[in-house]
Amino acid sequence: MKSGSAYKYGTNVDTDAIIPARYLNVSDPAELARHCMEDIDENFARVVKPGDIIVADTNFGCGSSREHAPLCIKAAGVTCVIAKTFARIFFRNAINIGLPLMECPEAVEGISAGDVIEVDIARGKIKNITTGMTFTAKPYPDFMGGIIASGGLIEYTRQKLAAG
Amino acid sequence: MTLAEMILAAHSGKTRVTPGEFIEVNVDMVLSNDITGPIAIREFKKIGVNRVFNPKKVVMVPDHFTPNKDIASAEQAKQVREFCKEQGCHYFEVGRVGIEHVLLHEEGLVLPGEVIIGADSHTCTYGALGAFGTGMGSTDIASAMATGHIWMKVPSTIRFNYYGNPRRWVGGKDFILHAIGDIGVDGALYAAMEFGGEAIDWLSLEGRLTMANMAIEAGGKAGLFYADEKTVSYIKERTNRPFTVYNPNPDAQYEKVIDYDVSDIEPQVAFPHLPSNTRPVSQAGHIKIDQAVIGSCTNGRIEDLRVAAQVLKGRQVASSLRCIIIPGSQSVYMQALKEGLIETFIAAGCAVSAPTCGPCLGGHMGILASGEKAIATTNRNFVGRMGSPKSEVYLSSPAVAAASAISGNIINPDDLA
Repeated sequence: MKSGSAYKYGTNVDTDAIIPARYLNVSDPAELARHCMEDIDENFARVVKPGDIIVADTNFGCGSSREHAPLCIKAAGVTCVIAKTFARIFFRNAINIGLPLMECPEAVEGISAGDVIEVDIARGKIKNITTGMTFTAKPYPDFMGGIIASGGLIEYTRQKLAAG
Repeated sequence: MTLAEMILAAHSGKTRVTPGEFIEVNVDMVLSNDITGPIAIREFKKIGVNRVFNPKKVVMVPDHFTPNKDIASAEQAKQVREFCKEQGCHYFEVGRVGIEHVLLHEEGLVLPGEVIIGADSHTCTYGALGAFGTGMGSTDIASAMATGHIWMKVPSTIRFNYYGNPRRWVGGKDFILHAIGDIGVDGALYAAMEFGGEAIDWLSLEGRLTMANMAIEAGGKAGLFYADEKTVSYIKERTNRPFTVYNPNPDAQYEKVIDYDVSDIEPQVAFPHLPSNTRPVSQAGHIKIDQAVIGSCTNGRIEDLRVAAQVLKGRQVASSLRCIIIPGSQSVYMQALKEGLIETFIAAGCAVSAPTCGPCLGGHMGILASGEKAIATTNRNFVGRMGSPKSEVYLSSPAVAAASAISGNIINPDDLA
Protein backbone atom coordinates (compact mmCIF):
# COMPACT_ATOMS: atom_id res chain seq x y z
CA MET A 1 0.00 0.00 0.00
CA LYS A 2 1.30 3.41 -0.95
CA SER A 3 -0.29 6.77 -0.31
CA GLY A 4 0.21 10.32 -1.47
CA SER A 5 -1.52 13.48 -2.66
CA ALA A 6 -3.42 13.71 -5.93
CA TYR A 7 -2.46 16.11 -8.72
CA LYS A 8 -5.42 16.44 -11.03
CA TYR A 9 -5.40 17.25 -14.76
CA GLY A 10 -7.96 17.32 -17.58
CA THR A 11 -8.37 15.55 -20.91
CA ASN A 12 -5.69 14.92 -23.56
CA VAL A 13 -2.60 15.64 -21.45
CA ASP A 14 -0.01 15.26 -24.22
CA THR A 15 3.59 14.16 -23.89
CA ASP A 16 4.81 17.66 -24.85
CA ALA A 17 3.03 18.86 -21.70
CA ILE A 18 4.53 16.03 -19.62
CA ILE A 19 8.05 16.78 -20.87
CA PRO A 20 8.61 19.53 -23.46
CA ALA A 21 10.84 18.57 -26.40
CA ARG A 22 13.28 21.37 -25.55
CA TYR A 23 14.55 19.15 -22.73
CA LEU A 24 14.95 16.01 -24.84
CA ASN A 25 18.61 16.66 -25.55
CA VAL A 26 19.26 14.59 -22.41
CA SER A 27 17.81 11.23 -21.38
CA ASP A 28 18.76 11.07 -17.67
CA PRO A 29 15.44 10.47 -15.84
CA ALA A 30 16.39 12.61 -12.79
CA GLU A 31 17.31 15.55 -15.03
CA LEU A 32 14.07 15.15 -17.03
CA ALA A 33 12.05 15.00 -13.79
CA ARG A 34 13.05 18.61 -13.03
CA HIS A 35 10.82 19.70 -15.93
CA CYS A 36 7.96 17.20 -15.51
CA MET A 37 4.54 18.74 -16.43
CA GLU A 38 6.24 22.13 -16.78
CA ASP A 39 4.13 23.62 -19.59
CA ILE A 40 0.77 22.89 -17.94
CA ASP A 41 1.76 23.06 -14.25
CA GLU A 42 4.97 24.97 -13.68
CA ASN A 43 4.99 24.20 -9.93
CA PHE A 44 4.59 20.43 -10.23
CA ALA A 45 8.25 19.42 -10.41
CA ARG A 46 9.07 21.65 -7.42
CA VAL A 47 6.29 20.51 -5.10
CA VAL A 48 5.68 16.84 -6.02
CA LYS A 49 6.70 14.40 -3.29
CA PRO A 50 7.59 10.71 -3.55
CA GLY A 51 4.37 8.70 -3.37
CA ASP A 52 2.16 11.37 -4.95
CA ILE A 53 -0.27 10.39 -7.68
CA ILE A 54 -1.30 11.94 -10.99
CA VAL A 55 -5.02 11.75 -11.78
CA ALA A 56 -6.28 12.73 -15.24
CA ASP A 57 -9.28 12.46 -17.52
CA THR A 58 -9.29 10.69 -20.92
CA ASN A 59 -6.40 10.08 -23.37
CA PHE A 60 -3.55 10.75 -20.94
CA GLY A 61 -0.15 10.75 -22.69
CA CYS A 62 -1.30 11.42 -26.24
CA GLY A 63 1.07 12.68 -28.92
CA SER A 64 4.74 11.92 -29.24
CA SER A 65 6.16 8.46 -28.52
CA ARG A 66 8.84 9.90 -26.24
CA GLU A 67 9.55 7.44 -23.45
CA HIS A 68 11.02 10.41 -21.59
CA ALA A 69 7.40 11.12 -20.53
CA PRO A 70 6.77 8.08 -18.29
CA LEU A 71 10.46 8.09 -17.31
CA CYS A 72 10.26 11.63 -15.92
CA ILE A 73 6.97 10.94 -14.11
CA LYS A 74 8.49 7.88 -12.47
CA ALA A 75 11.71 9.73 -11.61
CA ALA A 76 9.65 12.54 -10.04
CA GLY A 77 8.57 9.94 -7.48
CA VAL A 78 4.99 9.53 -8.69
CA THR A 79 3.58 6.16 -7.58
CA CYS A 80 1.10 5.72 -10.42
CA VAL A 81 -1.10 7.56 -12.89
CA ILE A 82 -4.86 7.08 -12.62
CA ALA A 83 -6.86 8.09 -15.72
CA LYS A 84 -10.12 7.36 -17.53
CA THR A 85 -8.15 6.22 -20.58
CA PHE A 86 -4.52 6.27 -21.71
CA ALA A 87 -3.09 6.96 -25.15
CA ARG A 88 -1.74 3.78 -26.71
CA ILE A 89 2.00 4.47 -26.97
CA PHE A 90 2.16 6.03 -23.49
CA PHE A 91 0.43 2.93 -22.11
CA ARG A 92 3.03 0.59 -23.64
CA ASN A 93 5.92 2.81 -22.58
CA ALA A 94 4.75 3.04 -18.96
CA ILE A 95 4.33 -0.74 -18.66
CA ASN A 96 7.69 -1.29 -20.36
CA ILE A 97 9.60 0.95 -17.93
CA GLY A 98 7.66 -0.05 -14.81
CA LEU A 99 5.44 3.01 -14.17
CA PRO A 100 2.09 1.63 -12.93
CA LEU A 101 -1.07 2.93 -14.62
CA MET A 102 -4.59 2.47 -13.30
CA GLU A 103 -7.52 2.88 -15.68
CA CYS A 104 -10.54 3.80 -13.57
CA PRO A 105 -13.11 6.44 -14.68
CA GLU A 106 -14.97 6.26 -11.34
CA ALA A 107 -11.82 7.05 -9.36
CA VAL A 108 -11.09 10.03 -11.60
CA GLU A 109 -14.60 11.37 -10.87
CA GLY A 110 -14.20 10.62 -7.18
CA ILE A 111 -10.82 12.27 -6.59
CA SER A 112 -10.18 16.01 -6.20
CA ALA A 113 -6.82 17.76 -6.36
CA GLY A 114 -5.03 17.43 -3.02
CA ASP A 115 -7.00 14.40 -1.80
CA VAL A 116 -4.88 11.77 -0.09
CA ILE A 117 -5.00 8.56 -2.10
CA GLU A 118 -3.90 5.07 -1.16
CA VAL A 119 -3.27 2.53 -3.93
CA ASP A 120 -2.73 -1.22 -3.95
CA ILE A 121 -1.36 -1.61 -7.44
CA ALA A 122 -1.16 -5.40 -7.51
CA ARG A 123 -4.85 -5.70 -6.61
CA GLY A 124 -5.99 -2.64 -8.57
CA LYS A 125 -7.47 -1.02 -5.46
CA ILE A 126 -7.71 2.76 -5.03
CA LYS A 127 -8.83 4.39 -1.78
CA ASN A 128 -9.54 8.08 -1.36
CA ILE A 129 -8.48 8.55 2.29
CA THR A 130 -9.87 12.10 2.28
CA THR A 131 -13.43 11.03 1.33
CA GLY A 132 -13.40 7.35 2.29
CA MET A 133 -14.45 6.23 -1.20
CA THR A 134 -12.90 3.11 -2.75
CA PHE A 135 -12.51 2.10 -6.39
CA THR A 136 -11.25 -0.84 -8.45
CA ALA A 137 -9.19 -0.27 -11.59
CA LYS A 138 -9.68 -2.22 -14.80
CA PRO A 139 -7.31 -5.24 -14.66
CA TYR A 140 -4.42 -5.47 -17.12
CA PRO A 141 -4.82 -7.96 -19.96
CA ASP A 142 -3.40 -11.36 -18.91
CA PHE A 143 -0.93 -11.21 -21.77
CA MET A 144 0.87 -8.34 -20.08
CA GLY A 145 1.25 -10.13 -16.75
CA GLY A 146 4.64 -11.52 -17.77
CA ILE A 147 6.03 -8.09 -18.58
CA ILE A 148 4.66 -6.57 -15.38
CA ALA A 149 5.87 -9.50 -13.23
CA SER A 150 9.37 -9.09 -14.73
CA GLY A 151 9.34 -5.39 -13.80
CA GLY A 152 9.40 -4.23 -17.42
CA LEU A 153 10.05 -5.31 -20.99
CA ILE A 154 13.86 -5.36 -20.93
CA GLU A 155 14.04 -7.86 -18.07
CA TYR A 156 11.21 -9.86 -19.69
CA THR A 157 13.07 -10.00 -23.03
CA ARG A 158 16.37 -10.80 -21.29
CA GLN A 159 14.81 -13.73 -19.44
CA LYS A 160 13.08 -14.98 -22.59
CA LEU A 161 16.28 -14.89 -24.64
CA ALA A 162 18.27 -16.52 -21.81
CA ALA A 163 15.69 -19.33 -21.64
CA GLY A 164 16.17 -19.83 -25.41
CA MET B 1 -10.00 -9.17 -42.93
CA THR B 2 -9.12 -5.48 -43.00
CA LEU B 3 -5.76 -4.31 -44.37
CA ALA B 4 -4.30 -4.09 -40.86
CA GLU B 5 -5.51 -7.59 -39.96
CA MET B 6 -4.14 -9.13 -43.18
CA ILE B 7 -0.68 -7.66 -42.68
CA LEU B 8 -0.57 -8.60 -38.98
CA ALA B 9 -1.78 -12.15 -39.68
CA ALA B 10 0.94 -12.60 -42.31
CA HIS B 11 3.55 -11.38 -39.83
CA SER B 12 2.47 -13.59 -36.93
CA GLY B 13 2.25 -16.93 -38.75
CA LYS B 14 -1.55 -16.99 -38.63
CA THR B 15 -4.18 -17.32 -41.32
CA ARG B 16 -6.52 -15.02 -39.42
CA VAL B 17 -6.35 -12.53 -36.56
CA THR B 18 -9.20 -10.80 -34.75
CA PRO B 19 -9.32 -7.44 -32.99
CA GLY B 20 -8.32 -7.64 -29.33
CA GLU B 21 -6.11 -10.67 -29.84
CA PHE B 22 -2.52 -10.43 -28.52
CA ILE B 23 0.08 -11.59 -31.04
CA GLU B 24 3.85 -11.72 -31.55
CA VAL B 25 4.61 -9.84 -34.76
CA ASN B 26 7.75 -10.24 -36.89
CA VAL B 27 8.98 -6.84 -37.94
CA ASP B 28 10.57 -5.78 -41.25
CA MET B 29 12.10 -2.49 -40.10
CA VAL B 30 12.91 -1.09 -36.66
CA LEU B 31 13.39 2.68 -36.60
CA SER B 32 14.59 5.25 -34.10
CA ASN B 33 16.04 8.77 -34.19
CA ASP B 34 18.47 11.06 -32.37
CA ILE B 35 16.04 11.60 -29.47
CA THR B 36 14.63 8.11 -29.00
CA GLY B 37 17.69 6.17 -30.24
CA PRO B 38 19.95 6.90 -27.26
CA ILE B 39 17.41 5.42 -24.79
CA ALA B 40 16.84 2.45 -27.12
CA ILE B 41 20.61 1.85 -27.26
CA ARG B 42 20.90 2.11 -23.45
CA GLU B 43 18.07 -0.40 -22.96
CA PHE B 44 19.33 -2.70 -25.75
CA LYS B 45 22.64 -3.03 -23.94
CA LYS B 46 20.85 -4.28 -20.80
CA ILE B 47 19.26 -7.21 -22.66
CA GLY B 48 22.49 -9.17 -22.85
CA VAL B 49 22.91 -9.60 -26.61
CA ASN B 50 25.76 -8.05 -28.57
CA ARG B 51 24.23 -7.72 -32.01
CA VAL B 52 20.93 -6.47 -33.41
CA PHE B 53 18.80 -9.29 -34.88
CA ASN B 54 19.42 -8.15 -38.45
CA PRO B 55 21.32 -4.93 -39.27
CA LYS B 56 19.48 -4.61 -42.59
CA LYS B 57 16.24 -4.27 -40.64
CA VAL B 58 17.40 -1.63 -38.19
CA VAL B 59 17.64 2.06 -39.12
CA MET B 60 18.49 5.15 -37.10
CA VAL B 61 17.79 8.58 -38.55
CA PRO B 62 19.26 11.60 -36.74
CA ASP B 63 16.69 14.19 -37.81
CA HIS B 64 15.16 15.90 -34.78
CA PHE B 65 17.89 18.15 -33.38
CA THR B 66 20.24 17.94 -36.38
CA PRO B 67 22.29 19.66 -37.65
CA ASN B 68 23.20 19.46 -33.94
CA LYS B 69 21.60 22.36 -32.12
CA ASP B 70 23.77 22.23 -28.99
CA ILE B 71 26.39 20.14 -27.22
CA ALA B 72 23.92 17.81 -25.52
CA SER B 73 22.20 17.08 -28.86
CA ALA B 74 25.59 16.48 -30.47
CA GLU B 75 26.31 13.88 -27.79
CA GLN B 76 23.03 12.09 -28.55
CA ALA B 77 23.71 12.15 -32.31
CA LYS B 78 27.18 10.76 -31.60
CA GLN B 79 25.76 7.81 -29.64
CA VAL B 80 23.44 6.97 -32.54
CA ARG B 81 26.24 7.30 -35.11
CA GLU B 82 28.62 5.07 -33.12
CA PHE B 83 26.00 2.41 -32.43
CA CYS B 84 25.07 2.19 -36.12
CA LYS B 85 28.72 1.94 -37.12
CA GLU B 86 29.32 -0.82 -34.58
CA GLN B 87 26.19 -2.75 -35.58
CA GLY B 88 26.29 -2.10 -39.33
CA CYS B 89 22.68 -0.94 -39.44
CA HIS B 90 21.24 1.77 -41.72
CA TYR B 91 22.29 5.29 -40.79
CA PHE B 92 22.11 8.62 -42.60
CA GLU B 93 24.57 11.41 -41.85
CA VAL B 94 23.82 15.13 -42.06
CA GLY B 95 24.16 15.99 -45.75
CA ARG B 96 22.34 12.79 -46.71
CA VAL B 97 19.79 12.62 -43.92
CA GLY B 98 16.19 13.75 -44.26
CA ILE B 99 13.20 13.70 -41.94
CA GLU B 100 12.75 9.97 -41.23
CA HIS B 101 9.21 9.72 -42.59
CA VAL B 102 10.16 11.54 -45.77
CA LEU B 103 13.37 9.56 -46.20
CA LEU B 104 12.68 5.86 -45.62
CA HIS B 105 10.30 5.30 -48.51
CA GLU B 106 12.52 7.41 -50.82
CA GLU B 107 15.33 5.03 -49.94
CA GLY B 108 13.21 1.94 -50.60
CA LEU B 109 13.59 0.82 -46.98
CA VAL B 110 9.85 0.41 -46.32
CA LEU B 111 7.56 -1.50 -48.68
CA PRO B 112 3.88 -2.37 -49.09
CA GLY B 113 2.74 -5.24 -46.88
CA GLU B 114 5.58 -4.80 -44.37
CA VAL B 115 5.47 -4.13 -40.64
CA ILE B 116 7.51 -1.11 -39.58
CA ILE B 117 7.85 -0.09 -35.95
CA GLY B 118 9.52 3.12 -34.91
CA ALA B 119 10.35 5.01 -31.76
CA ASP B 120 8.57 7.96 -33.28
CA SER B 121 4.83 8.38 -33.15
CA HIS B 122 4.60 9.35 -36.83
CA THR B 123 5.81 5.93 -37.95
CA CYS B 124 2.17 5.46 -38.98
CA THR B 125 3.15 7.43 -42.14
CA TYR B 126 4.09 4.19 -43.94
CA GLY B 127 0.47 3.13 -43.99
CA ALA B 128 0.25 5.29 -47.11
CA LEU B 129 2.32 2.62 -48.88
CA GLY B 130 0.02 -0.22 -47.79
CA ALA B 131 2.36 -1.14 -44.91
CA PHE B 132 1.55 -1.45 -41.19
CA GLY B 133 3.62 1.27 -39.56
CA THR B 134 3.19 2.12 -35.90
CA GLY B 135 4.94 4.20 -33.27
CA MET B 136 6.27 2.80 -30.00
CA GLY B 137 8.72 3.85 -27.32
CA SER B 138 12.45 3.32 -27.06
CA THR B 139 12.20 0.22 -24.85
CA ASP B 140 9.92 -1.57 -27.33
CA ILE B 141 12.41 -0.67 -30.05
CA ALA B 142 15.32 -1.99 -27.95
CA SER B 143 13.54 -5.30 -27.46
CA ALA B 144 12.67 -5.56 -31.17
CA MET B 145 16.26 -4.72 -32.15
CA ALA B 146 17.33 -7.74 -30.08
CA THR B 147 14.63 -10.21 -31.14
CA GLY B 148 13.10 -9.09 -34.45
CA HIS B 149 9.60 -9.28 -33.06
CA ILE B 150 7.23 -7.39 -30.79
CA TRP B 151 3.91 -7.96 -29.06
CA MET B 152 0.83 -6.19 -30.34
CA LYS B 153 -2.86 -6.16 -29.66
CA VAL B 154 -4.68 -6.54 -32.98
CA PRO B 155 -6.51 -3.23 -33.47
CA SER B 156 -10.06 -2.92 -34.66
CA THR B 157 -10.35 -0.95 -37.91
CA ILE B 158 -12.33 2.20 -38.67
CA ARG B 159 -12.93 2.67 -42.41
CA PHE B 160 -12.98 6.20 -43.88
CA ASN B 161 -14.41 6.59 -47.40
CA TYR B 162 -13.83 9.89 -49.21
CA TYR B 163 -16.11 10.60 -52.16
CA GLY B 164 -16.61 13.43 -54.62
CA ASN B 165 -14.40 16.09 -56.20
CA PRO B 166 -12.22 18.23 -53.96
CA ARG B 167 -12.39 22.01 -54.07
CA ARG B 168 -9.45 24.13 -55.18
CA TRP B 169 -6.51 24.09 -52.69
CA VAL B 170 -7.97 21.12 -50.80
CA GLY B 171 -5.74 18.05 -50.41
CA GLY B 172 -4.61 15.30 -48.06
CA LYS B 173 -3.93 17.68 -45.16
CA ASP B 174 -7.48 19.00 -45.28
CA PHE B 175 -8.95 15.48 -45.61
CA ILE B 176 -7.17 14.28 -42.49
CA LEU B 177 -7.69 17.45 -40.43
CA HIS B 178 -11.38 17.25 -41.29
CA ALA B 179 -11.52 13.62 -40.06
CA ILE B 180 -9.62 14.43 -36.84
CA GLY B 181 -11.92 17.38 -36.25
CA ASP B 182 -14.87 15.03 -36.74
CA ILE B 183 -13.80 12.10 -34.53
CA GLY B 184 -11.50 13.88 -32.03
CA VAL B 185 -7.94 13.31 -30.84
CA ASP B 186 -8.92 9.98 -29.31
CA GLY B 187 -11.56 9.09 -31.91
CA ALA B 188 -9.44 6.23 -33.23
CA LEU B 189 -7.70 5.33 -29.95
CA TYR B 190 -6.11 1.85 -30.24
CA ALA B 191 -7.72 1.44 -33.71
CA ALA B 192 -6.35 1.22 -37.24
CA MET B 193 -7.71 3.81 -39.65
CA GLU B 194 -8.25 2.53 -43.20
CA PHE B 195 -8.72 5.11 -45.95
CA GLY B 196 -10.37 4.60 -49.33
CA GLY B 197 -12.95 5.87 -51.79
CA GLU B 198 -12.72 7.60 -55.15
CA ALA B 199 -11.17 10.79 -53.77
CA ILE B 200 -8.37 8.69 -52.29
CA ASP B 201 -7.83 6.88 -55.61
CA TRP B 202 -7.36 10.32 -57.13
CA LEU B 203 -5.10 11.58 -54.33
CA SER B 204 -1.33 11.61 -54.89
CA LEU B 205 0.98 9.38 -52.87
CA GLU B 206 2.26 12.54 -51.14
CA GLY B 207 -1.30 13.38 -50.10
CA ARG B 208 -1.78 9.88 -48.70
CA LEU B 209 1.52 10.10 -46.78
CA THR B 210 0.25 13.33 -45.19
CA MET B 211 -2.99 11.61 -44.17
CA ALA B 212 -1.39 8.43 -42.80
CA ASN B 213 1.14 10.58 -40.93
CA MET B 214 -1.60 12.18 -38.84
CA ALA B 215 -3.47 8.97 -37.92
CA ILE B 216 -1.75 9.22 -34.52
CA GLU B 217 -3.37 12.64 -33.99
CA ALA B 218 -6.69 10.80 -33.75
CA GLY B 219 -5.09 8.25 -31.42
CA GLY B 220 -4.79 5.72 -34.25
CA LYS B 221 -2.32 2.85 -34.14
CA ALA B 222 -1.93 2.92 -37.92
CA GLY B 223 -3.46 4.62 -40.96
CA LEU B 224 -3.58 2.39 -44.00
CA PHE B 225 -4.18 2.69 -47.73
CA TYR B 226 -4.36 0.08 -50.47
CA ALA B 227 -1.11 0.09 -52.49
CA ASP B 228 -2.42 0.90 -55.97
CA GLU B 229 -0.57 1.31 -59.26
CA LYS B 230 0.74 4.75 -58.19
CA THR B 231 2.30 3.30 -55.05
CA VAL B 232 3.67 0.19 -56.72
CA SER B 233 5.40 2.13 -59.49
CA TYR B 234 6.86 4.56 -56.91
CA ILE B 235 8.30 1.64 -54.95
CA LYS B 236 9.61 -0.23 -58.01
CA GLU B 237 11.62 2.86 -59.01
CA ARG B 238 13.43 2.60 -55.70
CA THR B 239 14.06 -1.05 -54.90
CA ASN B 240 14.12 -4.55 -56.34
CA ARG B 241 13.11 -6.13 -53.03
CA PRO B 242 9.93 -8.23 -53.33
CA PHE B 243 6.77 -7.12 -51.54
CA THR B 244 3.13 -8.09 -51.13
CA VAL B 245 0.14 -5.88 -51.86
CA TYR B 246 -2.84 -6.58 -49.63
CA ASN B 247 -6.38 -5.56 -50.47
CA PRO B 248 -9.01 -5.67 -47.71
CA ASN B 249 -11.57 -8.47 -48.17
CA PRO B 250 -15.10 -7.46 -49.14
CA ASP B 251 -16.20 -9.25 -45.93
CA ALA B 252 -13.81 -7.23 -43.72
CA GLN B 253 -15.36 -6.33 -40.38
CA TYR B 254 -15.07 -2.65 -39.45
CA GLU B 255 -15.72 -1.14 -36.05
CA LYS B 256 -17.25 1.79 -37.91
CA VAL B 257 -17.51 3.13 -41.47
CA ILE B 258 -17.40 6.91 -41.96
CA ASP B 259 -18.13 8.58 -45.31
CA TYR B 260 -17.08 12.09 -46.32
CA ASP B 261 -18.10 14.02 -49.42
CA VAL B 262 -14.91 15.98 -50.12
CA SER B 263 -16.78 18.59 -52.12
CA ASP B 264 -18.02 19.77 -48.69
CA ILE B 265 -14.50 20.15 -47.31
CA GLU B 266 -12.90 23.62 -47.32
CA PRO B 267 -9.21 24.14 -46.58
CA GLN B 268 -8.91 23.36 -42.85
CA VAL B 269 -7.14 25.12 -39.99
CA ALA B 270 -6.61 23.42 -36.61
CA PHE B 271 -6.67 26.07 -33.87
CA PRO B 272 -4.64 25.84 -30.65
CA HIS B 273 -4.12 23.58 -28.79
CA LEU B 274 -5.40 20.36 -30.36
CA PRO B 275 -5.26 19.00 -33.93
CA SER B 276 -8.99 18.25 -33.58
CA ASN B 277 -9.81 21.92 -33.02
CA THR B 278 -10.49 22.44 -36.73
CA ARG B 279 -12.37 25.13 -38.62
CA PRO B 280 -12.81 25.83 -42.33
CA VAL B 281 -10.38 28.62 -43.25
CA SER B 282 -13.31 30.89 -44.14
CA GLN B 283 -14.28 30.80 -40.46
CA ALA B 284 -10.78 31.41 -39.10
CA GLY B 285 -11.52 35.07 -38.35
CA HIS B 286 -8.73 37.61 -38.15
CA ILE B 287 -5.66 35.76 -36.85
CA LYS B 288 -2.46 37.75 -37.25
CA ILE B 289 0.57 35.49 -37.45
CA ASP B 290 4.25 35.98 -36.65
CA GLN B 291 5.69 32.93 -38.37
CA ALA B 292 4.83 30.41 -41.09
CA VAL B 293 6.54 27.01 -41.22
CA ILE B 294 6.24 24.85 -44.34
CA GLY B 295 7.83 21.43 -44.03
CA SER B 296 7.91 18.45 -41.57
CA CYS B 297 7.16 14.74 -41.93
CA THR B 298 3.57 15.77 -42.64
CA ASN B 299 4.11 18.26 -45.47
CA GLY B 300 7.79 18.42 -46.40
CA ARG B 301 7.57 16.59 -49.73
CA ILE B 302 8.04 17.91 -53.25
CA GLU B 303 4.32 18.27 -53.97
CA ASP B 304 3.99 20.37 -50.81
CA LEU B 305 6.80 22.67 -51.89
CA ARG B 306 5.31 22.95 -55.39
CA VAL B 307 1.98 24.12 -53.94
CA ALA B 308 3.76 26.60 -51.64
CA ALA B 309 5.78 27.94 -54.58
CA GLN B 310 2.66 28.25 -56.73
CA VAL B 311 1.18 30.55 -54.09
CA LEU B 312 4.40 32.45 -53.29
CA LYS B 313 5.60 32.98 -56.88
CA GLY B 314 5.90 36.67 -57.70
CA ARG B 315 4.68 37.68 -54.26
CA GLN B 316 6.35 38.80 -51.05
CA VAL B 317 6.12 37.42 -47.52
CA ALA B 318 4.55 40.07 -45.24
CA SER B 319 7.22 42.21 -43.60
CA SER B 320 5.64 41.49 -40.20
CA LEU B 321 6.52 37.77 -40.19
CA ARG B 322 9.10 35.04 -40.80
CA CYS B 323 8.41 32.30 -43.34
CA ILE B 324 10.58 29.20 -42.88
CA ILE B 325 10.61 26.46 -45.51
CA ILE B 326 12.17 23.09 -44.74
CA PRO B 327 12.48 20.50 -47.52
CA GLY B 328 11.94 17.07 -45.93
CA SER B 329 14.97 15.40 -47.48
CA GLN B 330 18.02 16.14 -49.58
CA SER B 331 16.33 14.70 -52.68
CA VAL B 332 13.25 16.89 -52.09
CA TYR B 333 15.65 19.84 -51.68
CA MET B 334 17.51 18.96 -54.89
CA GLN B 335 14.30 18.52 -56.86
CA ALA B 336 12.99 21.86 -55.55
CA LEU B 337 16.26 23.49 -56.67
CA LYS B 338 15.96 22.00 -60.17
CA GLU B 339 12.38 23.18 -60.50
CA GLY B 340 13.27 26.70 -59.39
CA LEU B 341 11.12 26.47 -56.26
CA ILE B 342 13.96 27.46 -53.93
CA GLU B 343 14.57 30.58 -56.01
CA THR B 344 10.87 31.41 -55.76
CA PHE B 345 11.01 31.02 -51.96
CA ILE B 346 14.11 33.14 -51.51
CA ALA B 347 12.82 35.82 -53.89
CA ALA B 348 9.62 35.94 -51.82
CA GLY B 349 11.61 36.51 -48.62
CA CYS B 350 11.47 33.00 -47.11
CA ALA B 351 14.28 31.33 -45.17
CA VAL B 352 15.09 27.86 -46.53
CA SER B 353 16.67 25.34 -44.13
CA ALA B 354 18.43 21.98 -44.38
CA PRO B 355 16.09 19.02 -43.70
CA THR B 356 15.26 18.73 -39.98
CA CYS B 357 12.26 18.22 -37.69
CA GLY B 358 13.52 21.45 -36.07
CA PRO B 359 10.69 23.83 -35.21
CA CYS B 360 7.85 21.28 -35.43
CA LEU B 361 8.63 20.03 -31.93
CA GLY B 362 10.14 23.26 -30.64
CA GLY B 363 13.66 21.96 -31.16
CA HIS B 364 15.41 24.66 -33.16
CA MET B 365 15.30 26.58 -36.46
CA GLY B 366 12.25 28.68 -35.69
CA ILE B 367 11.23 28.76 -32.02
CA LEU B 368 8.33 31.00 -30.97
CA ALA B 369 8.49 33.70 -28.28
CA SER B 370 5.67 34.22 -25.78
CA GLY B 371 2.56 35.69 -27.34
CA GLU B 372 3.59 34.70 -30.88
CA LYS B 373 1.37 32.81 -33.31
CA ALA B 374 2.51 30.50 -36.09
CA ILE B 375 0.77 28.82 -38.95
CA ALA B 376 2.49 25.51 -39.71
CA THR B 377 2.08 22.56 -42.03
CA THR B 378 3.21 20.34 -39.15
CA ASN B 379 1.11 17.87 -37.19
CA ARG B 380 0.73 19.10 -33.61
CA ASN B 381 -0.33 22.35 -31.98
CA PHE B 382 -0.14 21.37 -28.32
CA VAL B 383 0.76 23.97 -25.68
CA GLY B 384 4.43 24.91 -26.14
CA ARG B 385 4.89 22.64 -29.14
CA MET B 386 6.90 25.19 -31.17
CA GLY B 387 8.48 27.09 -28.32
CA SER B 388 7.11 29.24 -25.52
CA PRO B 389 4.18 27.70 -23.60
CA LYS B 390 2.54 31.08 -24.22
CA SER B 391 2.81 30.78 -28.03
CA GLU B 392 0.19 29.35 -30.40
CA VAL B 393 0.35 27.03 -33.42
CA TYR B 394 -2.32 26.80 -36.13
CA LEU B 395 -2.10 23.76 -38.44
CA SER B 396 -2.89 23.92 -42.15
CA SER B 397 -1.92 22.78 -45.64
CA PRO B 398 1.07 24.27 -47.48
CA ALA B 399 -1.33 26.32 -49.64
CA VAL B 400 -2.97 28.04 -46.67
CA ALA B 401 0.36 28.48 -44.84
CA ALA B 402 1.95 30.11 -47.91
CA ALA B 403 -1.05 32.38 -48.48
CA SER B 404 -1.05 33.37 -44.80
CA ALA B 405 2.68 34.17 -44.99
CA ILE B 406 1.91 36.66 -47.77
CA SER B 407 -1.15 38.17 -46.15
CA GLY B 408 0.06 38.21 -42.55
CA ASN B 409 -3.26 36.71 -41.50
CA ILE B 410 -4.67 33.19 -41.85
CA ILE B 411 -6.28 33.17 -45.29
CA ASN B 412 -7.42 31.01 -48.21
CA PRO B 413 -5.07 31.41 -51.23
CA ASP B 414 -8.10 32.37 -53.32
CA ASP B 415 -8.62 35.43 -51.11
CA LEU B 416 -5.14 36.87 -51.71
CA ALA B 417 -5.18 40.25 -53.38
